[in-house]
Amino acid sequence: MAKIKLSERKIQELKEVCKSFNNEKGELINVLHKAQGLFGYLPAEVQEVIAKELNVSVAHVYGVVTFYSFFTMVPKGEHPISICLGTACYVRGAEKVLEEFKRILNVQVGETTSDGKFSLSCLRCVGACGLAPVVMVGEKVYGRVSPDGVKDIVAEYRS
Amino acid sequence: MAKKQLRIALRNCGVIDPERIEEYIERDGYQALGKVLTELSPEATIEIIKKSGLRGRGGGGFSTGLKWEITRKVQADQKYVVCNADEGDPGAFMDRSVLEGDPHSVLEAMAINGYCTGASKGLVYIRAEYPLAIERLKIAMKQAREWGFLGEDILGTGFSFDVEIRYGAGAFVCGEETALIHSMEGLRGEPTVKPPFPSESGYLGKPTNVNNVETYANIPVIINKGWEWFAGIGTEKSKGTKVFALAGKINNVGLIEVPMGTTLREVIYDIGGGLQDGAAFKAVQTGGPSGGCLMEKHLDVPIDYDNLIAAGSMMGSGGMIVMDDSNCMVSIAKFYLDFTVEESCGKCSPCRIGNKRLNELLDKITKGNGTMEDLDKLRNLSTVIKETSLCGLGQSSPNPVLSTLENFYDEYYEHVTAKKCRSNVCKSLMMYIIDAEKCIGCTLCARNCPVNAITGERKQAHYIDPEKCIKCGACMEKCKFSAIFIN
Repeated sequence: MAKIKLSERKIQELKEVCKSFNNEKGELINVLHKAQGLFGYLPAEVQEVIAKELNVSVAHVYGVVTFYSFFTMVPKGEHPISICLGTACYVRGAEKVLEEFKRILNVQVGETTSDGKFSLSCLRCVGACGLAPVVMVGEKVYGRVSPDGVKDIVAEYRS
Repeated sequence: MAKKQLRIALRNCGVIDPERIEEYIERDGYQALGKVLTELSPEATIEIIKKSGLRGRGGGGFSTGLKWEITRKVQADQKYVVCNADEGDPGAFMDRSVLEGDPHSVLEAMAINGYCTGASKGLVYIRAEYPLAIERLKIAMKQAREWGFLGEDILGTGFSFDVEIRYGAGAFVCGEETALIHSMEGLRGEPTVKPPFPSESGYLGKPTNVNNVETYANIPVIINKGWEWFAGIGTEKSKGTKVFALAGKINNVGLIEVPMGTTLREVIYDIGGGLQDGAAFKAVQTGGPSGGCLMEKHLDVPIDYDNLIAAGSMMGSGGMIVMDDSNCMVSIAKFYLDFTVEESCGKCSPCRIGNKRLNELLDKITKGNGTMEDLDKLRNLSTVIKETSLCGLGQSSPNPVLSTLENFYDEYYEHVTAKKCRSNVCKSLMMYIIDAEKCIGCTLCARNCPVNAITGERKQAHYIDPEKCIKCGACMEKCKFSAIFIN
């Protein structure tokens, strides 16, 4: 992965986050949540800073980041699209909806479109099973999505 | 839909404004805490919970009172009570509803738990995916402190207790209590061998009592109305009510709460309003990835912990997904295995490798390459994984496979011998064909095919090239003459 350079200002902000949790290594997960909020994702460089501040190895931080599905090391698109693949959505045809998104955006799950506009991911249950199948674009929830409706959702954000 | 339901855990959900503590108090809120702190000893309170027969609602079904008693008996300078709100089971959302609709009931119960076990600190471990529940919980904590139900010297009794929030980060295995505790410590959420149980050595090595959200929501009512009342509801060994998240191919989707002992038929038909579009019932999945698929003959089984296990499934946290003929049971088993493989933490090999192999066998079968020998392998491997895995995840992960093999063996048999998927779900076993008699050559299908697999002259019967066809079904949907069918 290509190296990225974090600005001094961002590094300082990140250090402040660590400090707000008293640089306590038991708070690693809370720190990572905040850091991901700050950067949008958790590149290796961010993990290195956190490791140093909390006085743990980078491998330890990396181990935690990769364990939990909420954390990502790949930047998300401007409009992250998540398709719920919980059981209720699955039995109501979420897979077909996912296929349609893959086809229209021409990306696989976990990837971002080359223009950086959309990223595609799956998640397990947002707890809106009554609306199955459910798709989330950013914070907005779309319920009862059919494969036919996919292009309209994408179009909403393309302009 | 209200008929046959009895709301205990969900008593306040949708009734009160969860952001106003006054409304909770109006409905007897914090009365149980007051009663316990001023009138009852910790031992007497534990005795009430034990006698009520309340069992853990997170899925395991362990006696709640007994758990509290064990934690109480361990000597330590610091103890913790934890609320497990890491609802990772896809298709279940009862914990979220309780926290969003009635957060004070959980806080009150945690304080009672703290008093009984001798803990002064409570931790709520909640999914980061539930922002509204987190927000409401924070508001509730602030109000409870202002009103003196949390914090130092609660109600002037000298008892101190406060609650903090810890965030999950998306790992199903963290529903297992030892894994959850490691996650709260900022580590990878991997389980450890029990014993020692968390009641003896948990968070930061201190005795820790972990209970689920729904379990907590029952506590204040039991104290207020008495254990006799609670024990009068339900079956011999499962008392009270259970919340289920009813979803899938059913008319009335949503959360329901019924007394233990209600039958699946009552839940699906009387409360759920039957299947959508009058479809025929095929299966109901309970217990999420740890549970199994039950069939028609199980519909009159009274739902309780033990009956569901005897039927080859389990209570789990209460997901209940109804399926009809359009759901292929082999694919459903594979769906759950996909989930398990992804969520297995990888610490013990039976779960890490075994489930992967199970998934590969199922993949082989759904692609039409399965043999009869594979069916035996599935069964044997499932048994080994169940018996040798470290934690509850691996010990229950083969249940969807075993229960579908048991209840829907015909479908497996068809996939393997006739290479047929009766629900037309397994793409590799499907072939789209154009009926030359019906096709008038309008070219609509050819124009809509995303991979140009359909050829034919205008006004002549068309043909689908099976080599090129990706089986998306677009042609069939578009055809106005019903000339395309699946073989």
